[in-house]
Amino acid sequence: MAPGKTMEPFWWSLFSVGGVVAAFLVPVHLFLHGLAIPLGWVSVGHGRLLALVGQPLVKIYLFVLIALPLYHWAHRFRFILEDLGLHGFRAPIAVLCYGSAIVGTVATLWVLIRV
Amino acid sequence: MSEARPQRPGLYYPKMPLTWWLARPGYVRFMIRELTSVFIAIFLVELLVLVHKVGQGPQAYADTAARLQSPGWMVFHVVALAFALYHTITWFKLTGVVQVVRLGDHKVPPALVVAGTFVAWGVVSLFILYWLLVRS
Repeated sequence: MAPGKTMEPFWWSLFSVGGVVAAFLVPVHLFLHGLAIPLGWVSVGHGRLLALVGQPLVKIYLFVLIALPLYHWAHRFRFILEDLGLHGFRAPIAVLCYGSAIVGTVATLWVLIRV
Repeated sequence: MSEARPQRPGLYYPKMPLTWWLARPGYVRFMIRELTSVFIAIFLVELLVLVHKVGQGPQAYADTAARLQSPGWMVFHVVALAFALYHTITWFKLTGVVQVVRLGDHKVPPALVVAGTFVAWGVVSLFILYWLLVRS
Protein backbone atom coordinates (compact mmCIF):
# COMPACT_ATOMS: atom_id res chain seq x y z
CA MET A 1 0.00 0.00 0.00
CA ALA A 2 1.22 3.51 -0.79
CA PRO A 3 2.43 5.53 2.20
CA GLY A 4 -0.36 7.45 3.88
CA LYS A 5 -3.00 5.16 2.40
CA THR A 6 -4.99 3.07 4.87
CA MET A 7 -7.67 0.39 4.77
CA GLU A 8 -9.92 2.77 6.71
CA PRO A 9 -12.26 3.76 3.80
CA PHE A 10 -12.79 0.10 2.91
CA TRP A 11 -13.82 -0.91 6.44
CA TRP A 12 -15.84 2.27 6.83
CA SER A 13 -17.89 1.54 3.71
CA LEU A 14 -18.65 -1.97 4.99
CA PHE A 15 -19.59 -0.41 8.34
CA SER A 16 -21.93 1.96 6.57
CA VAL A 17 -23.61 -0.65 4.35
CA GLY A 18 -23.96 -2.99 7.34
CA GLY A 19 -25.53 -0.16 9.32
CA VAL A 20 -28.15 0.41 6.62
CA VAL A 21 -28.96 -3.32 6.44
CA ALA A 22 -29.21 -3.55 10.24
CA ALA A 23 -31.42 -0.45 10.43
CA PHE A 24 -33.88 -1.67 7.80
CA LEU A 25 -34.03 -5.41 8.39
CA VAL A 26 -32.96 -6.42 11.90
CA PRO A 27 -35.90 -5.05 13.98
CA VAL A 28 -38.56 -6.98 12.06
CA HIS A 29 -36.55 -10.22 12.25
CA LEU A 30 -35.90 -9.73 15.95
CA PHE A 31 -39.61 -9.17 16.49
CA LEU A 32 -40.50 -12.22 14.41
CA HIS A 33 -37.88 -14.78 15.48
CA GLY A 34 -37.24 -13.37 18.95
CA LEU A 35 -40.78 -12.64 20.14
CA ALA A 36 -43.67 -13.49 17.80
CA ILE A 37 -42.66 -17.09 16.99
CA PRO A 38 -41.28 -18.12 20.46
CA LEU A 39 -44.35 -16.64 22.19
CA GLY A 40 -46.72 -18.40 19.78
CA TRP A 41 -48.31 -15.24 18.33
CA VAL A 42 -47.65 -16.64 14.87
CA SER A 43 -46.44 -20.00 13.68
CA VAL A 44 -44.18 -20.87 10.78
CA GLY A 45 -43.71 -24.58 10.27
CA HIS A 46 -40.37 -26.31 9.65
CA GLY A 47 -41.44 -27.38 6.16
CA ARG A 48 -42.11 -23.78 5.11
CA LEU A 49 -38.80 -22.59 6.56
CA LEU A 50 -36.91 -25.39 4.82
CA ALA A 51 -38.55 -24.54 1.50
CA LEU A 52 -37.66 -20.88 2.02
CA VAL A 53 -33.98 -21.33 2.87
CA GLY A 54 -33.60 -23.60 -0.17
CA GLN A 55 -34.37 -20.72 -2.55
CA PRO A 56 -31.32 -18.95 -4.03
CA LEU A 57 -32.84 -15.49 -3.60
CA VAL A 58 -33.58 -16.18 0.07
CA LYS A 59 -30.00 -17.40 0.53
CA ILE A 60 -28.68 -14.13 -0.91
CA TYR A 61 -31.08 -12.19 1.29
CA LEU A 62 -29.90 -14.08 4.40
CA PHE A 63 -26.27 -13.51 3.44
CA VAL A 64 -26.85 -9.76 3.20
CA LEU A 65 -28.90 -9.76 6.42
CA ILE A 66 -26.38 -11.74 8.49
CA ALA A 67 -22.91 -11.05 7.06
CA LEU A 68 -22.93 -7.30 6.33
CA PRO A 69 -24.00 -6.09 9.81
CA LEU A 70 -21.12 -8.15 11.25
CA TYR A 71 -18.75 -5.57 9.68
CA HIS A 72 -20.88 -2.84 11.19
CA TRP A 73 -20.38 -4.52 14.57
CA ALA A 74 -16.65 -4.99 13.97
CA HIS A 75 -16.12 -1.29 13.25
CA ARG A 76 -18.14 -0.06 16.20
CA PHE A 77 -16.75 -2.60 18.65
CA ARG A 78 -13.23 -1.71 17.58
CA PHE A 79 -13.81 1.91 18.50
CA ILE A 80 -15.67 1.03 21.74
CA LEU A 81 -12.49 -0.75 22.85
CA GLU A 82 -10.27 2.11 21.70
CA ASP A 83 -12.54 4.69 23.33
CA LEU A 84 -12.30 2.75 26.58
CA GLY A 85 -8.59 3.47 26.53
CA LEU A 86 -6.98 0.49 24.77
CA HIS A 87 -4.99 2.70 22.39
CA GLY A 88 -1.86 0.62 22.90
CA PHE A 89 -3.55 -2.36 21.25
CA ARG A 90 -4.89 -0.74 18.08
CA ALA A 91 -3.53 -3.38 15.70
CA PRO A 92 -4.60 -6.52 17.62
CA ILE A 93 -8.04 -4.99 18.28
CA ALA A 94 -8.55 -4.26 14.58
CA VAL A 95 -7.40 -7.76 13.60
CA LEU A 96 -9.68 -9.34 16.24
CA CYS A 97 -12.77 -7.32 15.24
CA TYR A 98 -12.51 -7.46 11.43
CA GLY A 99 -11.16 -11.02 11.67
CA SER A 100 -14.27 -12.09 13.61
CA ALA A 101 -16.48 -10.52 10.96
CA ILE A 102 -14.58 -12.38 8.22
CA VAL A 103 -14.93 -15.67 10.15
CA GLY A 104 -18.65 -14.90 10.52
CA THR A 105 -18.93 -14.28 6.78
CA VAL A 106 -17.29 -17.62 5.97
CA ALA A 107 -19.56 -19.39 8.51
CA THR A 108 -22.62 -17.73 6.95
CA LEU A 109 -21.57 -18.84 3.46
CA TRP A 110 -20.91 -22.37 4.74
CA VAL A 111 -24.35 -22.63 6.41
CA LEU A 112 -26.22 -21.13 3.46
CA ILE A 113 -24.51 -23.34 0.87
CA ARG A 114 -25.19 -26.52 2.86
CA VAL A 115 -28.75 -25.80 3.98
CA MET B 1 6.43 -3.20 26.90
CA SER B 2 7.56 -2.24 23.45
CA GLU B 3 4.63 -3.96 21.68
CA ALA B 4 2.18 -1.67 23.50
CA ARG B 5 3.61 1.40 21.77
CA PRO B 6 0.98 3.14 19.60
CA GLN B 7 1.46 2.63 15.84
CA ARG B 8 1.06 6.37 15.29
CA PRO B 9 3.38 7.94 17.83
CA GLY B 10 2.44 11.40 16.59
CA LEU B 11 -1.07 11.11 18.03
CA TYR B 12 -1.74 12.29 21.54
CA TYR B 13 -4.11 10.20 23.66
CA PRO B 14 -5.28 11.92 26.84
CA LYS B 15 -5.49 9.64 29.85
CA MET B 16 -9.17 9.02 30.50
CA PRO B 17 -10.85 6.98 33.20
CA LEU B 18 -12.69 3.89 31.94
CA THR B 19 -15.99 5.55 32.89
CA TRP B 20 -15.49 8.84 30.99
CA TRP B 21 -18.67 8.21 28.98
CA LEU B 22 -20.81 8.37 32.16
CA ALA B 23 -19.96 12.06 32.58
CA ARG B 24 -22.67 13.41 30.27
CA PRO B 25 -26.04 12.09 28.99
CA GLY B 26 -24.83 12.67 25.43
CA TYR B 27 -21.78 10.48 26.01
CA VAL B 28 -24.01 7.76 27.51
CA ARG B 29 -26.30 7.89 24.45
CA PHE B 30 -23.22 7.63 22.22
CA MET B 31 -22.03 4.54 24.10
CA ILE B 32 -25.51 2.96 23.95
CA ARG B 33 -25.60 3.59 20.20
CA GLU B 34 -22.22 1.92 19.77
CA LEU B 35 -23.35 -1.01 21.96
CA THR B 36 -26.45 -1.65 19.80
CA SER B 37 -24.13 -3.33 17.30
CA VAL B 38 -23.15 -5.98 19.89
CA PHE B 39 -26.77 -7.03 20.47
CA ILE B 40 -27.51 -7.00 16.75
CA ALA B 41 -24.47 -9.19 16.05
CA ILE B 42 -25.42 -11.72 18.76
CA PHE B 43 -28.93 -11.97 17.32
CA LEU B 44 -27.60 -12.51 13.80
CA VAL B 45 -25.38 -15.35 15.01
CA GLU B 46 -28.48 -16.81 16.71
CA LEU B 47 -30.38 -16.47 13.42
CA LEU B 48 -27.56 -18.21 11.55
CA VAL B 49 -27.68 -21.13 14.03
CA LEU B 50 -31.45 -21.29 13.52
CA VAL B 51 -31.01 -21.47 9.72
CA HIS B 52 -28.41 -24.21 10.21
CA LYS B 53 -30.84 -26.17 12.42
CA VAL B 54 -33.63 -25.81 9.86
CA GLY B 55 -31.34 -27.65 7.44
CA GLN B 56 -30.66 -30.41 9.97
CA GLY B 57 -34.31 -31.45 10.11
CA PRO B 58 -37.57 -30.88 12.03
CA GLN B 59 -36.32 -32.35 15.33
CA ALA B 60 -33.10 -30.32 15.46
CA TYR B 61 -35.02 -27.17 14.60
CA ALA B 62 -37.74 -27.85 17.21
CA ASP B 63 -35.12 -28.48 19.92
CA THR B 64 -33.30 -25.23 19.19
CA ALA B 65 -36.55 -23.26 18.89
CA ALA B 66 -37.64 -24.64 22.29
CA ARG B 67 -34.33 -23.61 23.85
CA LEU B 68 -34.78 -20.07 22.52
CA GLN B 69 -38.08 -19.84 24.43
CA SER B 70 -36.29 -19.88 27.78
CA PRO B 71 -36.73 -16.80 30.02
CA GLY B 72 -33.10 -15.82 29.58
CA TRP B 73 -33.34 -15.77 25.79
CA MET B 74 -36.69 -13.96 25.90
CA VAL B 75 -35.17 -11.20 28.05
CA PHE B 76 -32.28 -11.01 25.58
CA HIS B 77 -34.73 -10.71 22.65
CA VAL B 78 -36.66 -7.87 24.31
CA VAL B 79 -33.46 -5.97 25.18
CA ALA B 80 -31.95 -6.65 21.75
CA LEU B 81 -35.11 -5.41 20.01
CA ALA B 82 -34.94 -2.18 22.02
CA PHE B 83 -31.27 -1.74 21.01
CA ALA B 84 -32.04 -2.59 17.37
CA LEU B 85 -34.80 0.03 17.29
CA TYR B 86 -32.39 2.54 18.84
CA HIS B 87 -29.90 1.79 16.07
CA THR B 88 -32.60 2.21 13.40
CA ILE B 89 -33.83 5.53 14.83
CA THR B 90 -30.36 7.05 15.31
CA TRP B 91 -29.20 5.77 11.90
CA PHE B 92 -32.17 7.25 10.02
CA LYS B 93 -31.94 10.54 11.89
CA LEU B 94 -28.30 10.77 10.78
CA THR B 95 -29.16 10.17 7.12
CA GLY B 96 -31.02 13.49 7.20
CA VAL B 97 -27.75 15.19 8.12
CA VAL B 98 -25.38 13.16 5.95
CA GLN B 99 -27.41 12.58 2.81
CA VAL B 100 -28.44 15.79 1.03
CA VAL B 101 -31.24 15.06 -1.43
CA ARG B 102 -31.74 17.57 -4.26
CA LEU B 103 -34.73 17.91 -6.53
CA GLY B 104 -33.63 20.25 -9.31
CA ASP B 105 -32.40 23.39 -7.58
CA HIS B 106 -34.26 22.61 -4.38
CA LYS B 107 -32.72 20.94 -1.38
CA VAL B 108 -35.20 18.55 0.18
CA PRO B 109 -35.52 19.47 3.89
CA PRO B 110 -33.56 16.95 6.04
CA ALA B 111 -36.69 16.27 8.12
CA LEU B 112 -38.44 15.07 4.97
CA VAL B 113 -35.51 12.80 4.06
CA VAL B 114 -35.63 11.31 7.57
CA ALA B 115 -39.40 10.84 7.34
CA GLY B 116 -38.89 9.11 3.99
CA THR B 117 -36.46 6.58 5.48
CA PHE B 118 -38.92 5.78 8.27
CA VAL B 119 -41.75 5.24 5.78
CA ALA B 120 -39.49 3.01 3.66
CA TRP B 121 -38.51 1.07 6.79
CA GLY B 122 -42.19 0.49 7.65
CA VAL B 123 -42.95 -0.71 4.13
CA VAL B 124 -39.96 -3.08 4.08
CA SER B 125 -40.82 -4.50 7.52
CA LEU B 126 -44.48 -5.09 6.62
CA PHE B 127 -43.45 -6.71 3.35
CA ILE B 128 -41.12 -9.15 5.16
CA LEU B 129 -43.88 -10.04 7.64
CA TYR B 130 -46.36 -10.54 4.80
CA TRP B 131 -43.91 -12.59 2.79
CA LEU B 132 -43.00 -14.92 5.67
CA LEU B 133 -46.42 -15.30 7.27
CA VAL B 134 -49.07 -14.89 4.59
CA ARG B 135 -47.62 -15.79 1.20
CA SER B 136 -46.82 -19.44 0.78
